[in-house]
Amino acid sequence: MSTAPGPRRMHRLEPAALAGVMTRDVVLFRRYWKATTFSSIVQPVIYLLAFGLGFGSILKHFGHVKYIEYVATGVVATAVLFSSAFPGMFNTFIRWQFQRTYDALLAAPVDVEELITAEILWISIRAGVYGLAPLIVGIAFGLPPALGMLLVPFIGFVTGFGFAAFGVVVAAVAKTIDNFNYVTSAVLTPMFLVAGTFFPISTLPPTLRAIAHFNPLYHCVALVRDVSLGTIAPVDLVHTAVLTVFAIAMWRLAIWRLGKRLID
Amino acid sequence: MLGPNGAGKSTTMRLLTAQALADEGTIDVLGYRLPRESKQARMSMGVVPQQDNLDIELTCRQILGVFARLYRVPRSERQAAVARALAIANLEPRADTIVRELSGGMRRRLLVARGLIHEPQLVLLDEPTVGLDPQVRQELWSLIDGLRIEGVTVLMSTHYIEEAERLADTVAVMSAGRIIAQGTPAELVGAHAGSEVLEVYGPPAELAELESLATRRGWRHRRSGPAVALLGAEELDGEAPDGVRRPANLEDAFVALTGQEIE
Repeated sequence: MSTAPGPRRMHRLEPAALAGVMTRDVVLFRRYWKATTFSSIVQPVIYLLAFGLGFGSILKHFGHVKYIEYVATGVVATAVLFSSAFPGMFNTFIRWQFQRTYDALLAAPVDVEELITAEILWISIRAGVYGLAPLIVGIAFGLPPALGMLLVPFIGFVTGFGFAAFGVVVAAVAKTIDNFNYVTSAVLTPMFLVAGTFFPISTLPPTLRAIAHFNPLYHCVALVRDVSLGTIAPVDLVHTAVLTVFAIAMWRLAIWRLGKRLID
Repeated sequence: MLGPNGAGKSTTMRLLTAQALADEGTIDVLGYRLPRESKQARMSMGVVPQQDNLDIELTCRQILGVFARLYRVPRSERQAAVARALAIANLEPRADTIVRELSGGMRRRLLVARGLIHEPQLVLLDEPTVGLDPQVRQELWSLIDGLRIEGVTVLMSTHYIEEAERLADTVAVMSAGRIIAQGTPAELVGAHAGSEVLEVYGPPAELAELESLATRRGWRHRRSGPAVALLGAEELDGEAPDGVRRPANLEDAFVALTGQEIE
């Protein structure tokens, strides 16, 4: 029975399937890029300006780092978080439940694994690029450009991959779209505040500091800051490893949780 | 597949694309074993869903282009494939209109075109004309008939008897998840409704009396709106009451088989 007259064998995670799903994202993006880009950039820039200029007028330095440099590099992680976790949650839920796009795509030669991977991949590429926005604004306010900043889109990509996949997991377990409010206020908000973005986590009480080390965003902030300010150290390997493990774990979890609900 | 709502038609369709997995038994589609080889099977299949799942913000051409890629139509042939699909669906003048601005009938034709973009061997049409006005339904029927003439295998589900009678070479009558009868429309009518039906009209009390008489005499009968229809009327020599004789049709066979009236 398995001597099917197939044109060729088909594998897992085929580039053609990923490209097909992402083509749809790109075509849609060409319609929406202004709004998407605006919301992904403006919010972190507001944080940057409010904290950098506001706080920065009282607090000039953290150690040998100027406060504006500290915040501009920190807010990269915020930009990546916002432009990956939210699309991961909302796009997934809307396309799956309201527009039934995923039903249409899964009737084509695309597997659940390919569909979800392609969607996460597209969001994280975008997030990597949007992560540059705070650096560019920071440079305008005196952050010295550095060669290491060229690594930032890659760090943003890996972090964004993890948070986009996290968003997919949230969408897969949420009963209604209103449930997202719990995640936004109880998980994402504390996560971006306690990540060393605006103040060092070393100022926190020991318990909270220990918890903060499990926050993937903290590792993103530390890594971006080190490559951008030229303070790369062996600990950056740990940061990279944490972000990579987080991304892979969330990716598999997303495929498992959403896959269970996409296939009856 | 002809059956009332809830008979399992859509579930069968989803099983064939491996969007639902069977609890037991095996499924082969075009020689591919599901779900292991479902991607290959879907490659050779075109699916037209019951529920509109078009991207409303994209144009017809963009949607067809995306699906041409998804079905691995080679780059050099994609434009021609899109043009062909637009022509089949009669949507050339609307090629660059976004879906949101199309009428219901156009959207349905675009759904069909999307399922045909890669010239599949097998097309699954899940209740393709449900909710369409009669004229659009006619258009879709001729489109489906065109596919059949080209030699494409079409598996269509419907709960419109007329549609099955006109379009199907083979009808499988489904009820509660099972195929309860299968054959050409003529075979099904012959086997389950005879060749003639006698429709007797009258006041409700008389009809009720006729029904109990028919039950006593073992005549196959059913209530058909304002009348009682006696099936296999050609065998009721002389004993039958006065009424209107007409040829038996698929609806008679369907009701005889399922005990259910449908639209």
